[in-house]
Amino acid sequence: MADFDTRIDYYPTHELEGIKFRRGHVLPFGATMVPNGVNFSIYSSAATSCTLVLFEKNAEEPFAEIPFPKEFMIGNVYSMIVFDLDFENLEYGYRMDGPFDAAAGHRFDKTKILSDPYAKAIGGRDVWLGPPNWDKLYPFRSRLVFEDFDWEGDKPLETPTEDLIIYEMHVRSFTNHPSSGVKFKGTFTGLKEKIPYLLELGINCVELMPIFEFDEYEHSKKDAETGELLVNYWGYSTLNFFAPKSGYAATGKYGMQVDELKTLIKELHRNGIEVLLDVVFNHTAEGDHRGPTISFKGIDNKTYYMLTPGGYYYNFSGTGNTLNCNHPVVRNMVLDCLRYWASEYHIDGFRFDLAAILGRAQDGSPLSNPPLLETLAYDPVLAKCKLIAEAWDAGGLYQVGSFPFYGRWAEWNGKYRDTIRKFLKGDEGIVGELSQRIQGSPDMYHARGATAGVNFITCHDGFTLYDMVSYNHKHNESNGENNQDGNNDNHSWNCGIEGETNNVQINELRHRQIKNALSILMVSQGVPMILMGDEMGRTQFGNNNTYCHDNNLNWLDWELIEKNSDIYNFAKHIINLRRNHPVFRNKEHFRNTDFKDSGFPDISFHGTTPWQPDWSASSRVFAFMLDGNHAKNGSIKDDIVYVAMNMYWEALPFELPMLSKGKKWHVSVNTSMPSPFDFHPVSKEPKIEQQHNLIVGARSIIILIGK
Amino acid sequence: MSTFSVKTDISNNAAIITLEGNLDSSTAPQFHEAVQKVIPLNPQELVLDVEKLDFMASAGLRVIIFAKQKLGSSVKLILVKPQYQLLETLKMTGLLFSVTLVDHYPE
Repeated sequence: MADFDTRIDYYPTHELEGIKFRRGHVLPFGATMVPNGVNFSIYSSAATSCTLVLFEKNAEEPFAEIPFPKEFMIGNVYSMIVFDLDFENLEYGYRMDGPFDAAAGHRFDKTKILSDPYAKAIGGRDVWLGPPNWDKLYPFRSRLVFEDFDWEGDKPLETPTEDLIIYEMHVRSFTNHPSSGVKFKGTFTGLKEKIPYLLELGINCVELMPIFEFDEYEHSKKDAETGELLVNYWGYSTLNFFAPKSGYAATGKYGMQVDELKTLIKELHRNGIEVLLDVVFNHTAEGDHRGPTISFKGIDNKTYYMLTPGGYYYNFSGTGNTLNCNHPVVRNMVLDCLRYWASEYHIDGFRFDLAAILGRAQDGSPLSNPPLLETLAYDPVLAKCKLIAEAWDAGGLYQVGSFPFYGRWAEWNGKYRDTIRKFLKGDEGIVGELSQRIQGSPDMYHARGATAGVNFITCHDGFTLYDMVSYNHKHNESNGENNQDGNNDNHSWNCGIEGETNNVQINELRHRQIKNALSILMVSQGVPMILMGDEMGRTQFGNNNTYCHDNNLNWLDWELIEKNSDIYNFAKHIINLRRNHPVFRNKEHFRNTDFKDSGFPDISFHGTTPWQPDWSASSRVFAFMLDGNHAKNGSIKDDIVYVAMNMYWEALPFELPMLSKGKKWHVSVNTSMPSPFDFHPVSKEPKIEQQHNLIVGARSIIILIGK
Repeated sequence: MSTFSVKTDISNNAAIITLEGNLDSSTAPQFHEAVQKVIPLNPQELVLDVEKLDFMASAGLRVIIFAKQKLGSSVKLILVKPQYQLLETLKMTGLLFSVTLVDHYPE
């Protein structure tokens, strides 16, 4: 901190209502602590005046309102330093005056107090579902935070993308169930307590569903039948982009959520686990013209939102409004936000929700060279961050395989999900596509390498893995939308009966199909992602869109580890297998040749006869072999791996490829065997008796290691 | 203004700071000043008697971290009879591992 005695610009020059202030600094935007005071800075292209409104924490009425003197302005930026403020006890906001001319895009309303888009913490939802004061003049209030933190040498991990194993999770769902056994349920600290579990599972990267401040009460309603309160549970509706959700912090009630989250990240990093944030820049919580005015709408509506010529809100997000991402001012805000999280919270990467919106122009038309995506790809602060796009939106723009990538962006590979699901349920004509997907989709990403695609079979949108093999149809009645919401293209198969059953054969098949799914995912090139709970057979009882449920539908039931111990043990093994075999983790695509002169090409395809894959429409058989000399594009030596998949309803004999002299086939995985014989731990694989032939059971997968 | 008091004693190679009342951003500077005074004495132990400290949040935590950084890792940081709120805060922010908890000092 500068010594305020010697700086010539940290003393007050003005006074109003007992508050001392002076001209402030334009940068940084937001509210920053300076010696003796706070620097406030906010911009608007169309406001005619701006007033700073100051509250004591939780007070009904402000204790001061100070108009920004015109002479303090630089450009469109209002800034001032206010002295002698109690940092920990302060809440602030802004009144902006200007035209109200909806058709021209202006919605200024000086009776509203607006939250600072750059606020680093928000008050008003301090505790999850804490009873709010509905009549409050200013419900979501900007607050100050202490930025300093003892990172003890921590920095982002920079784990090579090809080595990541991503676990998509919801902070509250992870530990809120009573069975979690943690002290601070449903919080960042609760997550921290479960790090040993994540280590044992073997994942090395968590992707957190939205943790920026959101209002869980948004669109909340009581379920007509059960009386239960349905809420904005997943959080895909941002109030503020720089503040972590207080309701996810055990210390939220003390205002220490920033420290708590940084402590969690430090601890995850210490255990080799990267942190990706699911970020939602496609829309905000302000809805359309009928929605509330919380921040952007009252500060600079025309700049921040995509508006029709008549001043209405384009709705490419399906939620009411669309953030105007390629407007230069909004681009800068998005960049400032990501830089803040990367540098101050040491975040390792970001997954962009409905990212196709980020490539639309201000009038909504798709851009071939979107400035925002280019800016993020080239930014120096973000240079080592993973950038992952959910490359579609709710407006029909589907860009999987064609998202503007600038050599950096990766995508959620929706085609991987669909192909694997169809293959698993035994559809015809899938084998050709399957061969592309397990190679890291060179048909889609040939110019980009195998790490351009994040492979997933399940994510928060859609069925859990257990439900994907237990339900043919979605059952979302409990969402209160007449089962109209949620995806209809589930490509799922219930194995014979819809929903829960005592039938032993069906349950055995379901468990086998889950192991099949996990196996395919972990032996594919590209970046695998699994959904929280899939490793223990978590079910949402057929609801494939649980966005509004704060209950067992979402909360992870830790007793499933015991109940489905066969799935859990298998999941741990298959993850461990991937981690121990670099042959699964190429950065570049296969060349389909033997460029290391080892006797085998880097990848080869087989059927029930080696070297003769069956590409015919009725084939449900696919096998491939990865040569160990070509591991990691030939940079490292590994064992040979052979994977045989049989999705016929009957067992089939497979003839095995011959290994080079001295090597023998050992079995790592055989999903047709009952637990605990469905796998053998890494380096303890038994040699198979018969080295030339193998029976692959019905709807089963066998993985062999040649060494 | 919160009720708060801070008192410093030196005994053998230990500096003992007794904190009572509420430690927040308005009272933290007093704690900070007390810590700064004991640093040049090179104590081997820094003991914080917090039995009568009712509340501590961010500002107070920062003084403790500041003390640890300035004194170095060889100096033991001891907390005497922390109340429930303080204990929970130390757990939730991960600081618990850097301090030793005791019921009496000297033990």
